[in-house]
Amino acid sequence: MAVKSETRRITAKDYRVDQPIDWCPGCGDFGILSALQQALARLGLEPHRVAIVGGIGCSGKSQYHIGAYGVHTLHGRLLPYATGIKLANPELTVVAVGGDGDGMAIGAGHFVNAGRRNVNMTYILFNNEVYGLTKGQASPTLPLGLQTKSLPEPNAQGRVNSLMLALSAGFTWIGRGYAFNVRQLVGLMQKAIEHPGLAYLDVLQPCPTYNNLHNKDWYAGKDRGDRPRVYALDDEDYDPVIAEGADEETVVAKMGQVIGKAMEWGDRIATGVFLENRNVSTFEERLGSRSPSYHKHAPALRPIADAEGRSLADLSDLFAQTSVTRKPGGEA
Amino acid sequence: MSSEQTDSLAWRVGGPQGSGVDTAARIFAGAAAAGGLHIFGRREYYSNIMGRHSYYDVRVAGRPMTCHSSVVHVLTTFEEETLVRHAISTGEGGAIIHDVESSDVRLDRITFLDERVVKDLTAYLGERDLPPTTAGVLEDARRRGVEVFPVAYDQITETLAGDILFKPRADRALNTIAVAVSCALLGYEPEYLADALKWIFGGRQEIIDLNVKAVELAYGYVKDEFDHGRLLHRMRPVHGTEPMILVGGNEAVAMGKMAAGLTFQTYYPISPATDESVYLEAHATVPLKNGGEGAIVVVQTEDELAAVTMATGAALTGARSATATAGPGLSLMVEGLGWAGMNEVPLVVTAYQRGSPSTGVPTRTEQGDLLFAIHAGHGEFPRLVLASGDVTEAFLDAAQAFNYAERYQTPVIHLLDQTIARTTQTVPPFDVGSIRIERGDVYVPPEGDDVRGPYPRFAVTESGVSTRPLLGQRGGTHWLTGAEHTEAGQVTEDPVIREQQLEKRARKLALAAREIPAEHKLAVYGEPQAAFTIVSWGSNKGAILEALERMSAAGIDARLIQVRLLWPFPREELAPILEAARPLVVVESNHSGQFAQLLCGQTARQCDHLVVKYNGRPMTCGELTRALLDIHRGTAEERIVLRNPYE
Ligand code: SF4
Repeated sequence: MAVKSETRRITAKDYRVDQPIDWCPGCGDFGILSALQQALARLGLEPHRVAIVGGIGCSGKSQYHIGAYGVHTLHGRLLPYATGIKLANPELTVVAVGGDGDGMAIGAGHFVNAGRRNVNMTYILFNNEVYGLTKGQASPTLPLGLQTKSLPEPNAQGRVNSLMLALSAGFTWIGRGYAFNVRQLVGLMQKAIEHPGLAYLDVLQPCPTYNNLHNKDWYAGKDRGDRPRVYALDDEDYDPVIAEGADEETVVAKMGQVIGKAMEWGDRIATGVFLENRNVSTFEERLGSRSPSYHKHAPALRPIADAEGRSLADLSDLFAQTSVTRKPGGEA
Repeated sequence: MSSEQTDSLAWRVGGPQGSGVDTAARIFAGAAAAGGLHIFGRREYYSNIMGRHSYYDVRVAGRPMTCHSSVVHVLTTFEEETLVRHAISTGEGGAIIHDVESSDVRLDRITFLDERVVKDLTAYLGERDLPPTTAGVLEDARRRGVEVFPVAYDQITETLAGDILFKPRADRALNTIAVAVSCALLGYEPEYLADALKWIFGGRQEIIDLNVKAVELAYGYVKDEFDHGRLLHRMRPVHGTEPMILVGGNEAVAMGKMAAGLTFQTYYPISPATDESVYLEAHATVPLKNGGEGAIVVVQTEDELAAVTMATGAALTGARSATATAGPGLSLMVEGLGWAGMNEVPLVVTAYQRGSPSTGVPTRTEQGDLLFAIHAGHGEFPRLVLASGDVTEAFLDAAQAFNYAERYQTPVIHLLDQTIARTTQTVPPFDVGSIRIERGDVYVPPEGDDVRGPYPRFAVTESGVSTRPLLGQRGGTHWLTGAEHTEAGQVTEDPVIREQQLEKRARKLALAAREIPAEHKLAVYGEPQAAFTIVSWGSNKGAILEALERMSAAGIDARLIQVRLLWPFPREELAPILEAARPLVVVESNHSGQFAQLLCGQTARQCDHLVVKYNGRPMTCGELTRALLDIHRGTAEERIVLRNPYE
């Protein structure tokens, strides 16, 4: 969810940074970056209310080119950093951006456990099936048996289906975009950010340098008479929404629908919103029901000392509970 | 094992884990404390939930104590394993309370008794022409002047059950009965036990009534069966004691963090750190002095990598944020520590040391992580390392750690150990009023709407400290990165900027070394001018303080220099006071003498003697005093290892 600027119009320019970009020409990352800048602007978010949290790899460099708070973290750890930032200051819009090696290999445990929490933030996975920055090794999203150009042998390990993993982990918004369809991507990013819960946006991102198999031409279906492989769920009769209070049967049916679409690959690759589940509480709500003062003063914003630096915490009750000296009158 | 303090009473209770040993100890400690007595308690247990042997020492006196005693005065047992393991530690004039049913059981029939113990005890008993049975163990105790009290527990619980109660329910009062038998034999008034029961079972009247009844029956039993006047030790209430709290190390740290304004804590379950986070979670709504309430977010993460990075993320927003772990968890956190160092994030890591390496002896104590804490991480970045010597210091240091972290904008490792974590002690209520919260150089957004970033977060300054915008502040946008960076946080490999940033970060450590007052870095105890000098750190302090008293009673002047700030090492303060040190004795709980190495590296002063213990159990003043007296007489080796096979 996003906190909008009340005072002035925000444009994509506000999010641009005057810094040279060192991605290879033709890299899908450019489209994703541009889409993200536009989406943030369209949502009217003030840059200082936005934190972009990057992983390690080519994609993780995106945050240097966005004029908000940018946090370039450790390989695979972007989601715990993002979680800490968001829980401590829920007023921030937090978007994590990372690659498939980062998120599905070294960070897979964090991905799964982030799903369990459903913190209100967005994770955009730049999915190119290879480790770009280390020169093209197979990533966990490269299908078994494929041999992209840096591989000495065909890929001997299977492919993880990140959409299904997101579903089983508990992400409450799941979508997929394509790096060369920026228009659609902007819309998807807006929806993902506005979704009140944890959103996972998988972006098919051609890496012209190392993934010679699933490149722009392949997605466009150049090899099969220009019939594009990528299609939009919007063009079909597909309803991703699980409404608040939905019954068990509906939930099961909707989840099944996500699996069906997520398993499509090769000839038909779906893009769009796969799931929008409004039936799960956010972690912030759960924290607030434990301790209502969480909503009043988030960890980053809670006063802890008076003007003289004296602690505001009143521990006298805790001391009373552990006080064992017998008081006159006989009570322990 | 006969020369321990005699003005205190050392009570020990043992039994299989899950059988209520902890409750028994709490009842005893509570009863003693209700009578105004001071308590020093500690717990020893296996990495196991049900069945393995655990025991609890409660030492009681009319004055504060700082360590436990290896000589037991009253040993309370319900079953044979405890009897067999600890009878030998019960000293002359002491008492052993045991179940009549355990009077004659073969040692090799006791399920969890280690083979090594069976072998050693069998040999020990054989040398004395005694059989390898509990009967042999008890006879040996009698010969050494220990009084033995067989108790028909079953008969008491049967009476307690009477016609109305299901017997297994009455059996649940067994630990209360055992405690009450101890107290009756010690001539202590039963009303204090009733106080303790009310305190422990707060509000659950039915349980309180049952246990109070159990106390009456136990007192009656002792009166009928034993001439209790024959027990040498007595326990008497003390009047007019100042108010005290009974608190453990984990709780003390948690309270220190609460007082310091902690609002975010992460953890992954690990002994002996978990209890701290669980305590925080149970008290996550903190009452505030201005009448309101404040929340503490406690997140149980998927692993320690997430724990350290999530806490770091929270710290970037300005929350006072920490994580708590033990040695193996700290190993996993190292990459996150480096990132926090590189990005100048005020992060507090509470690290409880335990028997290591790898899984080690996970529920036992050690000080094996000192050099690791100081050096953890690839490359060079500043961090502060503090070590607390007792429960009260644990509270104060837990709070102070945040001030250091925010002042120097860098990670602070607060080192504790299993000994402090598992100590339960009466202390005066912690002094929250003495804490001053200092937030360091935090950016203040100027008025107006049109302030824009990027902000030079990592501006090069003389002190090394730069103004820190918190994520979310207008005009403060910048980048954070594990890569070397410019002032605004953009990646650079420029050699000049590299030097400037590395030097700037390093200057903060020098600043800490200059600024932190000497009294926060070290403390001197005993005779400040004495030549006989012990230098130590962490939880050994307790045993050393009592050893100093005993040396002084023997006419030997000695002093302890306790180093509390381990990094930056207080070289300037320490070197001059060590000049007159003869002999210089380093005491620590590890194998290689990590502190001694650090001391030598930093001050070029080798210690004359190194006293170490690494069997996983804390030092006692008895064994330490013997070592120090040997040193004083000139009969000691350079390296002395404290060993006790019956702990
Ligand atoms: S290696 Fe691939 S992913 Fe990386 S910048 Fe080049 S094209 Fe893009």
